[in-house]
Amino acid sequence: MSHHIVEVKELRHTYPDGTAALNGVSFRIRHGEAVAVIGANGAGKSTLLLHLNGYLAPTSGEVRIGDFPLTRETLPEVRRTVGMVFQDPDDQLFMPTVFDDVAFGPLNLGLPPEEVESRVLDSLARVGAEHLTEKPPYRLSGGEKKRVAIATVLAMSPDILVMDEPTTGLDPFARRRLIGLLKEFRHTRIFTSHDLDMVLELCERVIVLREGVVVADGPAREIFRNEELLAACRLEKPLSMQGCPVCGNVTRQPEDIIRNRKGAVDE
Amino acid sequence: MAKIETTFLDFTYLDLLAEGETAVHRLDPRAKVLATAVFIVVVVSFGRYAVAPLVPFFLFPAVVVARGNLPAGFLARKLLFVLPFVLLVGILNPLFDRETALTLGPLAISGGWVSFFSIVLRSILTVGSALVLIATTGFTGICLALERLGVPQPFVVQLLFLYRYIFVLTEEAVRTVRARELRSCGRRGKGVGAFAPLVGTLLLRTWDRAERIHLAMLCRGFRGEFHVRRAYRFGTAETLFTLGWVGVFILFRLVNVSAILGGWITEMLQ
Repeated sequence: MSHHIVEVKELRHTYPDGTAALNGVSFRIRHGEAVAVIGANGAGKSTLLLHLNGYLAPTSGEVRIGDFPLTRETLPEVRRTVGMVFQDPDDQLFMPTVFDDVAFGPLNLGLPPEEVESRVLDSLARVGAEHLTEKPPYRLSGGEKKRVAIATVLAMSPDILVMDEPTTGLDPFARRRLIGLLKEFRHTRIFTSHDLDMVLELCERVIVLREGVVVADGPAREIFRNEELLAACRLEKPLSMQGCPVCGNVTRQPEDIIRNRKGAVDE
Repeated sequence: MAKIETTFLDFTYLDLLAEGETAVHRLDPRAKVLATAVFIVVVVSFGRYAVAPLVPFFLFPAVVVARGNLPAGFLARKLLFVLPFVLLVGILNPLFDRETALTLGPLAISGGWVSFFSIVLRSILTVGSALVLIATTGFTGICLALERLGVPQPFVVQLLFLYRYIFVLTEEAVRTVRARELRSCGRRGKGVGAFAPLVGTLLLRTWDRAERIHLAMLCRGFRGEFHVRRAYRFGTAETLFTLGWVGVFILFRLVNVSAILGGWITEMLQ
């Protein structure tokens, strides 16, 4: 389906105080792809995400979601299509109870009450938070908040899921559950993260930003092998690709083994 | 600063109480809000020297506490928080109004003291009934009841937001104050002057957060209307509760029950 495409062309954004956050970013994300946008602090990741649902308007350049460009007229439709999960779930959970919060979006879409209820329960079940339905958000733990925040977005049945730092502030167990959850989604997914191991697990493709410019865009493994590039962008290899801290052995990734075999045959 | 933290924990506890499953809890919030509002208006409407006629009004909070299975000791401790303010308001009365209002045997009590006690009683009654209302209905329930009763939605939404974010804001404030305290090494640090930028930071952060929340609302199709799903039913129980209590309050207002009871008791003793 062509309408789950996210396309950014020569996007530039300069903040009112003169900071140039994006200096001509271009990429095209196809339907069902999981893409991570990585880069140092201040590289422009968050600014980029805020363009994808029209919260920030480009200084120049274009954002296309699906088949139409992002304009004032298409904004409501785009905001329904692009579900955005914020870094701090407290910003996203503003209603008195979890149920009300998840129902907020569907009610705004004008769905009938029965449909709203089934959608709410369904999306809470998908993130494993059915038992929290009647709780007020301020009594949830960090991991619970995050899952409910994702449910609020799922209830809008978006085609594209955008998440800003999904795993920050989660304990290892909650992080693992979240990764498992995100793996199951068939949506087009766009993340920003400093959790490069999560990126390696979830995303086939990585876009590296530096000072508002795309410096690399390609398969995750290939980019994470390029140590020069990573160092220049204030990044490092995911731990799972580094040597064992005790014996120094590097676990071989299956595709490496295949490639080596191929090499052997070629020789 | 530990004080503020514990106070807010108590606030959450008050909210937890509202999840009880008694007949009082199950009543439609509107019935409880209406009854409490009438209660407060009637209590406040008494003259400044009224003490005895106020006493029967303790019946309402007492009955609701009993039927609602609420911890009376906890609520009483909450009331103590308000008492210093009340004392401050009333304490000048005995100084200015020295005319003898009544005599108890050899003891002459000035009008000032009588009006002082009247103020204390009224505060306990009104604040107490408000606490009881929150403990049986929950803040959200009260807000939604207000909306159903015709209060304009923007006000109700403001209240709801206030209640939702007061927890986040206090947490932020407590963290900032703690950071200041830890770095002033037990002394006064830079004194009161340090609090001005602190409050400023807090305001700016709140501003930022407000923007992010608005964005989150826009992302989910917010167009200025706030929908909250709630099943409301103002049935016989609600009508009985409201009319019954309002009737009792009006009776207490018109008839001095304490005086009548006192009269009976003296008669019986004679």
